[in-house]
Amino acid sequence: MKFIPLIWAGLWRKRTRTIFTLLSIVVAFILFGVLQGVATWLNGFGAGSHTNRLYVVSRISEIQPLPSGYLSHITRVAGVRQVAQVAALVGSYQQPTNTVVVLATDPRALFALYPEWRVAPQQLQALTRTRTGVIVGARVARLYGWRVGDVIPIRTSVLKNDGTTNWSFQVVGIYDSPDQPSEEDRMIANYEYIDEARHFERGTVFAFVVGIDDPSSATRICAAIDARFANSADETLTQDEKEYIQGQIRQLGDVGSLLNAIVGAVFFTLLFLTGNTLTQSVRERIPELAVLKAIGFADGSVTLLVLTEAALLCSAAALIGLLAAAALFPATAALGIAGTTLPAKVYAIGLLIAVGLALMSGLPPAWRAHRLQVVEALAGR
Amino acid sequence: MGFYQQTGAISLMSARSLPRRLGASCVIVVGIAGVVGVLVSILAMATGLIQIANRSAHPDRAVVMSTGTDYETLSNLSRDAVRIIADARGVRRDANNRPLASAEVLVLVHLPLRAGGSGNLTLRGVSANAFALRPELHVVAGRMFNPMLRELIVGRTAQRQFRDLQVGRRLLVRGAEWTVVGVFEGHGDQHESEMMTGVEVLQSTFQRNAFQSVTVQLDSEASFADFRASLAGNPALAIEALRESDYYLRQSRAFTRLLTLVAYLVGGIMAIGAIFGALNTMDAAVSARSVEIATSRVLGFEPGAIVTSVFAEAVGLAALGAGLGGALAWLLFSGHAINTSGGGFTQLSVPVVVDARLVGVGILWACVIGMVGASLPALRAIRAPLASALKAT
Repeated sequence: MKFIPLIWAGLWRKRTRTIFTLLSIVVAFILFGVLQGVATWLNGFGAGSHTNRLYVVSRISEIQPLPSGYLSHITRVAGVRQVAQVAALVGSYQQPTNTVVVLATDPRALFALYPEWRVAPQQLQALTRTRTGVIVGARVARLYGWRVGDVIPIRTSVLKNDGTTNWSFQVVGIYDSPDQPSEEDRMIANYEYIDEARHFERGTVFAFVVGIDDPSSATRICAAIDARFANSADETLTQDEKEYIQGQIRQLGDVGSLLNAIVGAVFFTLLFLTGNTLTQSVRERIPELAVLKAIGFADGSVTLLVLTEAALLCSAAALIGLLAAAALFPATAALGIAGTTLPAKVYAIGLLIAVGLALMSGLPPAWRAHRLQVVEALAGR
Repeated sequence: MGFYQQTGAISLMSARSLPRRLGASCVIVVGIAGVVGVLVSILAMATGLIQIANRSAHPDRAVVMSTGTDYETLSNLSRDAVRIIADARGVRRDANNRPLASAEVLVLVHLPLRAGGSGNLTLRGVSANAFALRPELHVVAGRMFNPMLRELIVGRTAQRQFRDLQVGRRLLVRGAEWTVVGVFEGHGDQHESEMMTGVEVLQSTFQRNAFQSVTVQLDSEASFADFRASLAGNPALAIEALRESDYYLRQSRAFTRLLTLVAYLVGGIMAIGAIFGALNTMDAAVSARSVEIATSRVLGFEPGAIVTSVFAEAVGLAALGAGLGGALAWLLFSGHAINTSGGGFTQLSVPVVVDARLVGVGILWACVIGMVGASLPALRAIRAPLASALKAT
């Protein structure tokens, strides 16, 4: 403890150099924090998923439609509590870049399956009464200024029976999802309205969401549903929520390894830089370190002094960098990726890396300090 | 001595002392190699995407889809619409006076990837005229499919990306067996990442009435306006015609933008780090040479010449780093393909293309980093009070 002023003085011996080194490590940790945050978020995506929900899609590919008639068969599979069919209408509002997704479904069943999406009961009731109604997510409602009662035109590529591709919906309610605000971007509409009005693919759905009572029997139920439609033209693939979501993330392919490669390049560059600074600083202080040894410091203490200096520099910079990354991280949500808070795991990994960095860049100069011969060093040889 | 001679003399002097400052000088080289390596690698993917788009695109061809989408997979055209499009003005006709148009159906098929996992491969049903329309596509192994049978041909890139697509293999799609009968090649275009078969067989297998798109050969590049006008006369159709070149650009735009954004964001942040590293190095370089610099000032060297020599050293080291970073990016990634999911749910194989333009961008960045890194130390070199600088040991 009493050596703290000594370490402190050593660090600030050349102020500009320490500040520049500190800042470059800070920058590296900002980059690490954000990139690792995205990677962790991608890997852990679906971790908070609900184990009592299953998803049935076509085995051919997830956008191949399934017959809506499967609903009654799935409902009869043992262990299934509730099923909602989902068809999707992808379109845009006002500008081609304002993409919106309308889910054509049985709203009662869907909101029962997603209890985390909160909607007022009378609004849900209004949707079942209003054929062209829609309950919109709080985020899109805010984004486009939609209020209950508004009629909103949506441009799509889905042809209606009247020959146009423009759809309109009446907002009858707004739902929110406090735990997952990113899920507040959907529009939930009546399947009957959309299916009867569309010209193509009538009587088909995109997926079935299945609610089960006992999550431990999920594997059995998945197999039972798929077995029910085996060897038919439209074979199904049933997965639990986590598998289903991770399957979609996996399609991003090499993106994860790309992020890791970038982080690797950043840290390699950094190790070089920090190591060099520390070596330089020890080299310049050889006479001073020799004096310390001359007045009775043990070899180990001098080594420890140098190492502590490195550790202090690296961990302080890492902490600043990670905090800055945490502040910047929510910005990635605007790009449609990642969440709102930096995962705790990233801090832990970051601090571990900081210690590793300090050891790797600090050991060679510390070793040099350790082996320093007082007489030789003081003589300037 | 003139300014240039002075600058040359001092630069030469500092270059001679470089070996003594090897470690510190390496910081600039390695730091900038890192920045340029990352920047060039990510931009190289965007370049690869644009290259595919350009190779796929022919300005004298047009793609027609339903309005409101950029992706074929989300488009739907009725048989009536298809007929109207093929008969529109500006569409070239073949020797038998049939329009050079191909009405196409797209089905995505989930298949195992060679790299592990699985991805969506496009199975494109094409009309009889499709290969007269796209003369750049040709079968390189096996034979062309028979449009009446459940036979398909596989693009070269798709075959590299997915497992079990060799000629003779059978594929179970929607309860029916399909045979791979050939492999085709374009010149590195989008279609090489697809499979093709006859449109009627595909429609009957999947019980589809709709088509996803129609591609037509125009009389000439200039007849596009005429073609579009002829279709716009019928607003009830709800279709949109695009030049093939615009269509592919539009498709790749979102991903290209994201890649470019990530490249400049990550590269930019790294560059800031590298600037601090460069500042450190040049600071060390200047202080190591403080006596030498002070001496030359006493001898009458202009401050401008001294400043220029510091800049020259930094930029020289930076350019070296840029060359190293660009070379690393090229060695490690060029010719490789990154597998990821593209727009409209299809699997995409993005080639990494490191070209001269990208290396140029890297060198430009390196020079800027070097200049900024040299600025403060250079000022310090000429501002230091002479007397104390000369005394320093």
